[in-house]
Amino acid sequence: MRKAFATTLAALAEKDARILLLTGDLGYMALEPFSEKFPRRFFNVGVAEQNMIGIATGLAEAGFIPFVYSITTFATLRPYEFIRNGPVLHRLPVRVAGVGGGFEYGHAGPTHHGLEDVGVMRLQPGLSVVAPADHAQAKTALLSTWNLPGPVFYRLGKDDKSVVPGLDGRFDLGRLQLIREGKDLLWIAMGSVATEAAAAADLLARDGVSSTVAILASVQPAPAADLEALLARFPLALTVEAHYVVGGAGSLAAEIIAEKGLGCRLLRCGVRGAPEPIGGSQDFLHGMHGLSRDSLVATAKHALHLART
Amino acid sequence: MSESRVAARRIREIILHQSKRANVGHIGSALSVADLLAVLYTDVLRIADPRDPERDRFILSKGHASLALYAALSLRGWISRQVLDSFCQDGSILGVHPDRAVPGVDFSTGSLGQGLSMGVGAALAARLADRPHRVFVLVSDAECNTGVLWEAVMFAAHHRLSNLIVIVDSNGQQALGYTKDVLDIAPLAERWRAFGWDTQDIDGHDTEGIARAIEAISKGPGAPHVLVARTVFGKGVSYMEGQIKWHYWPMSDEEYARALAEVESRP
Repeated sequence: MRKAFATTLAALAEKDARILLLTGDLGYMALEPFSEKFPRRFFNVGVAEQNMIGIATGLAEAGFIPFVYSITTFATLRPYEFIRNGPVLHRLPVRVAGVGGGFEYGHAGPTHHGLEDVGVMRLQPGLSVVAPADHAQAKTALLSTWNLPGPVFYRLGKDDKSVVPGLDGRFDLGRLQLIREGKDLLWIAMGSVATEAAAAADLLARDGVSSTVAILASVQPAPAADLEALLARFPLALTVEAHYVVGGAGSLAAEIIAEKGLGCRLLRCGVRGAPEPIGGSQDFLHGMHGLSRDSLVATAKHALHLART
Repeated sequence: MSESRVAARRIREIILHQSKRANVGHIGSALSVADLLAVLYTDVLRIADPRDPERDRFILSKGHASLALYAALSLRGWISRQVLDSFCQDGSILGVHPDRAVPGVDFSTGSLGQGLSMGVGAALAARLADRPHRVFVLVSDAECNTGVLWEAVMFAAHHRLSNLIVIVDSNGQQALGYTKDVLDIAPLAERWRAFGWDTQDIDGHDTEGIARAIEAISKGPGAPHVLVARTVFGKGVSYMEGQIKWHYWPMSDEEYARALAEVESRP
């Protein structure tokens, strides 16, 4: 998604001189499509994420559309109050691009795991939160949101190869995207871990369990109508997110179920508990937190079994 | 009496009147910057209209001195007497910290340490858009406690944002004590200079001197500029000057009468 982001942004910047790119000294072998083409519109502010958001606020007030880039924890958590009091309070078109949602920086350790970025950003009213599931969707999402009047947060993956089958790069702000339709249970997946949810649905189909799989990329504005309509049709829904179970996709689904008085049972597949001092690859960490395709299948089967007894 | 000195007296009167009417504090912090704001809003800031994209920008990074800013904006006619009298009332746009909903307020402030970064962005924007306007940011000395202020200081120096002018209200006080006791930041001017800024040490109550210092700032390319303004917290009201309690304390009726009499008798 990083390359899709940088390439698409460079193409947009060619047409619109308001677009600038700031980085907190990250993006080696990722941002060059932009930085080499527009060296005077590219600023490495150094390791200074709070200042980066403050500068972007000042730039946006003057009519620019500044994109700021860093690893998602550094892009969201360190300058969080600057985001709150800057682009959110001033309603300015600053774009925060956080790369490496979930366990994409698995081996880098807990400081680099983006497990609450969507949750904290979703708290801010008027801030659009976009979490694409693959690079093709990242491109479409950027093309359809770069010019929004208010601020936007993009939660990007590092992976520019994986594709969520059936998604075909679709994105609509405020909507879900369905990639599979079935009758037994509903999956709602956010971010690049959606490939695991899609694979779990495949595996379940072999055992005669048919799933609907929805991709939640427009986290805010939330696809409230789509979620309500879908959740109303299923007795069981599972949210899948490489994120704490609080604040992200699971919380959003729970809010809809509760506020609309729906009868759907919800299982939130995500990260629970305190950070563990255990490193590993993204796949390893997904498995450890019940987010691998096999563990998702096991969770679904267990829940269906309980539901039938 | 010069226009800026008249304005300074009016600003002090408004600070006292409005803080008394609303029964709020931050009086000493506002009085500390009254002369600086008087000069800025009478002699310095080029603002034909507060919505003009080419206007000079002003950011009161020490947002708790908002009453001094509201007073200056009312003297310019951008906020009416009626709006001014709504200060701290339910539903008013004039709170203890300035919001950009107020005509003439470019950026909302109140969280210390955030104003300079936004000012750096505004100055960078002016350069990128090839516009002639300048950006003024008024910070407190206690704001220099924040790490992010120095991030902004470094960026501005590195990019030689010569259209950026910072004024430090160096009154030596912060909420709970004197800066030298809380977190000593002396020697302030030397520190800014060491970070690559064009630095002047000035008297922050000498209106003519403030105007001269700003006039002396080079118009050409080069380093960003800072005026380290030596000020007295609570300046103009003898019993508030240098007193920590007047960071938060509101005035009694008797204190108000005494303060107003002192301000009105000041030459």
